[in-house]
Amino acid sequence: MGAMTVDRADGRSANQLRPLACSRNILHRAHGSARWSQGDTIVLAAVYGPKAGTKKGENPEKASIEVIWKPKTGQIGKLEKEYEMILKRTLQSICLMTIHPNTTTSIIVQVFGDDGALLPCAINASCAALVDAGIPLRHLAVAICCGLTEGGSVILDPTKAEEQKIQAFAYLAFPNSPLSVLPSVPSAEDDGPIENGIITSVTHGVMPVVDYFNCLERGRAACAKISEFHRRSLESQVPGDLTKAT
Amino acid sequence: MAAASTSGSGRDIGGSGGGSAAGEMEVEAYRRLFPLPFYERHLLDSVRPDARPLHRARDTSVVLGPVASADGSALVKIGDTTMLAAIKLEVMTPSADAPDEGSLAIEFHMPPICSPIVRPGRPAEVAPVISKQLSDVIVSSQMINLKELSLISGKAAWMAYLDIYCLNADGSLFDAALLSAIAAFSHLQIPLVSLSDDGKVVAVSGDLLEDESTPELVNKERKLLLHSIPFSLTCILHKKYILADPTAEEESIMETSITVVLDSSEQLVSIYKPGGPVLAQTSTVKDCIVLTKHRMKELQNILEESLSAMEVV
Repeated sequence: MGAMTVDRADGRSANQLRPLACSRNILHRAHGSARWSQGDTIVLAAVYGPKAGTKKGENPEKASIEVIWKPKTGQIGKLEKEYEMILKRTLQSICLMTIHPNTTTSIIVQVFGDDGALLPCAINASCAALVDAGIPLRHLAVAICCGLTEGGSVILDPTKAEEQKIQAFAYLAFPNSPLSVLPSVPSAEDDGPIENGIITSVTHGVMPVVDYFNCLERGRAACAKISEFHRRSLESQVPGDLTKAT
Repeated sequence: MAAASTSGSGRDIGGSGGGSAAGEMEVEAYRRLFPLPFYERHLLDSVRPDARPLHRARDTSVVLGPVASADGSALVKIGDTTMLAAIKLEVMTPSADAPDEGSLAIEFHMPPICSPIVRPGRPAEVAPVISKQLSDVIVSSQMINLKELSLISGKAAWMAYLDIYCLNADGSLFDAALLSAIAAFSHLQIPLVSLSDDGKVVAVSGDLLEDESTPELVNKERKLLLHSIPFSLTCILHKKYILADPTAEEESIMETSITVVLDSSEQLVSIYKPGGPVLAQTSTVKDCIVLTKHRMKELQNILEESLSAMEVV
């Protein structure tokens, strides 16, 4: 929306993300674990599973996912329950639920630091932990927070101070871009590449409809970069001790 | 990580013989055993089992004032989903950092009456989520100016307790709850208060207006002025289809839902899509926004009719 430069408190440009860091295989008793940090927002995710049996009320013909969200301070309230539900449904869409029926995979998310964009950081950490645990996935979910300032310009990855000041922000999660060995055949469905679909979208604050679609565009472009980072970090680390499962 | 998408859940559950198993089978049995193929057969004809076209919402009715003891109340039915909202006002001291603002407390309850899956020891998982979504939408849409709830700056202000009870859960819970909250606020009548001799704020009944009223009192029973009112529509996505206003059965079979909330100036208050197997493309989101705009006009008409019916009585 024009060439307005936005002044951000930490000197980043509108399109610049905070430094990303991802380390896997940190917890030795968990089947998979990952720690994902975006600036000062740090989340640790641990995966236990698949374990036998499903909870009462869940469909036993499919695998089920259980998410436990632990905040950094304070008691568990409605915000944590909401994040648990959003994370559970996001991860249900990327896991292949029919491979191990009647099992439960638990993901425990512990917040170490909250400086804005907490839910996207948790989604990224959970995906990295699922890969570390070896759970079969359809694709990864790559998440980002896009903020909308009063001038209508979109800033990426706002800090907590910025989130409180801006008019509206959106947490978006997209599938990661596939890298296939075979040359890509143009898809008959004309849906566009798979990374254009939205897995999850949660918005706060009022925004004009046009600005939401701007956020989607910027979010997709940034997720392509995050998905590159994800791929590099997954390839570079040597797979952990293969005998540690079960 | 090449993209390989498998189809919806029903295919594996029903087995490959879903269509051909036992050529003659009762419709109800087929509906229970193979729910997804049952729905897909209807979707091919662009209709749903209850004979609704894909984009039409269920019949909606709003009744204002069913709870006589509350300051504002409303009963909303969207199809079979029934929500009862009630507002009670209480005088309290405002906080130091907002001395001339009242406050709102919004709570959503799902008592066991609403659905067989909710039992007294097993509260519904969606209840706190919907409760938080409702307070986020109502606060961020700025429908209510909290300064209107103030009585005496720094000393007394109204605290509005909004409680929404789900009496029957049949899909689209958030839509019905939001509509009932808005209807209750439009029905709300703020009671008269006066300052007693020891500085306390006490309620006054309408007949006894002989005592001296100090200027900071409400002069007549007042209604809250509602600014940009938010309206919502939940849609379910399945392959290429968009189904508006799902029932509970549709929500459990096709798990991807997207809730769009628009306010009366057609700005986006919220787009809520919490995961789900189907990925939403930009065109799908645009279609959902258009459907929500249509629904908003229907809901505005229904709300105005029920308000004018109240005034006639």
